[in-house]
Amino acid sequence: MSKFKKKSSSSQDIPTAALPDIIFMLLFFFMVTTVLRETEIKVEQRIPRAEQLVKLEKKKLVTYLYVGKPKDESMGSEPLIQANDAFIDLNGIIQWVNQEKSNLSEAERDQITISMKVDNETKMGIIVDIQSELRDANARKIMYATPQKVEDN
Amino acid sequence: MARSKDKGSQEVNAGSMADIAFLLLIFFLVTTQIATNKGLTLLLPPKNEDDEPLEIKQNQKNVFKIQVNSADRLLVEDEPLEDVTLIREMVYDFVLNFGNPSSEKKGNDKVSEVDVYNSLPASMKSYISRSLGSDESSDGPGSAIVSLKADRGSSYEIFIQLLDELNAAYNRIYGERVGLTAEEFRKLNRNNPKEKELYDRARSGIPKAISIAEPSTQGG
Repeated sequence: MSKFKKKSSSSQDIPTAALPDIIFMLLFFFMVTTVLRETEIKVEQRIPRAEQLVKLEKKKLVTYLYVGKPKDESMGSEPLIQANDAFIDLNGIIQWVNQEKSNLSEAERDQITISMKVDNETKMGIIVDIQSELRDANARKIMYATPQKVEDN
Repeated sequence: MARSKDKGSQEVNAGSMADIAFLLLIFFLVTTQIATNKGLTLLLPPKNEDDEPLEIKQNQKNVFKIQVNSADRLLVEDEPLEDVTLIREMVYDFVLNFGNPSSEKKGNDKVSEVDVYNSLPASMKSYISRSLGSDESSDGPGSAIVSLKADRGSSYEIFIQLLDELNAAYNRIYGERVGLTAEEFRKLNRNNPKEKELYDRARSGIPKAISIAEPSTQGG
């Protein structure tokens, strides 16, 4: 019995000298993966969930379009379209797409993907209008960005 | 004189380093939003001014019609339907019907519907010959079109649900064709040549023909 006690009393605590290093490693991981949001979203975004998601391969080709009710109540309650930092109306979509396309290299222009983040309560009318505008602008690849449905059944 | 005082401690106190790092870590944890580039993809038809609506050119039996009214009620193949999740099975059966497969080679990859049928695994073939192959449904996967017509007043939520079901049906077909589950097929990484080959083999001859029809302006 006495032998046991002697052994266990030798060192009781975990060495914490490497703790800062571990924390720093985590810190660097998060620093590297963080993308600070450059655009402020001015429309409501409660996005419906879906199951059959596909991951996009090339992030560079993706541009975002936000649709939803404006957060600022003085703007009314009709859904608006936000591109980058400003609201645009339907007629402005073609011009906006061309502008976004000009940021890409020539070979990639037709592969531009428009990712649409649309609020739950939006009606289909505006979505279909946006689709036909995008079709006219020759941006045919679109994606409805949705989070993964949590499986609960 | 001053030096002798310093001799006591030459090092910077590093004991609180972990705390500082923790603080930064928590800051980044809170502000991080790992960019989600996930969603349901859709390829719009090319712009063509004098193109007639698809319904007119296509044989009616090759079109699987889904209509949604402004109260989010569904009309599938002219029958009302309550449960959205049933569409998955219906579309699966519709696309793989092979009622009258043509041997004409068409599309980018020059695969005829007969070739597609022959390339299917035995389990799918037996399922098709047992319970499908009706004259009322589609001729073959090459000509089958799913038409989704949503009223302007219907909600985006139901549209996403429908699109999800359609994608589920197609992913199941593609997956089964190359011996994967729908989920495994969906997660194929197309940058990897081996997986890309599998992906292309699954999709050749079975286009994902989802057509979003122009909605009516009147509420239904």
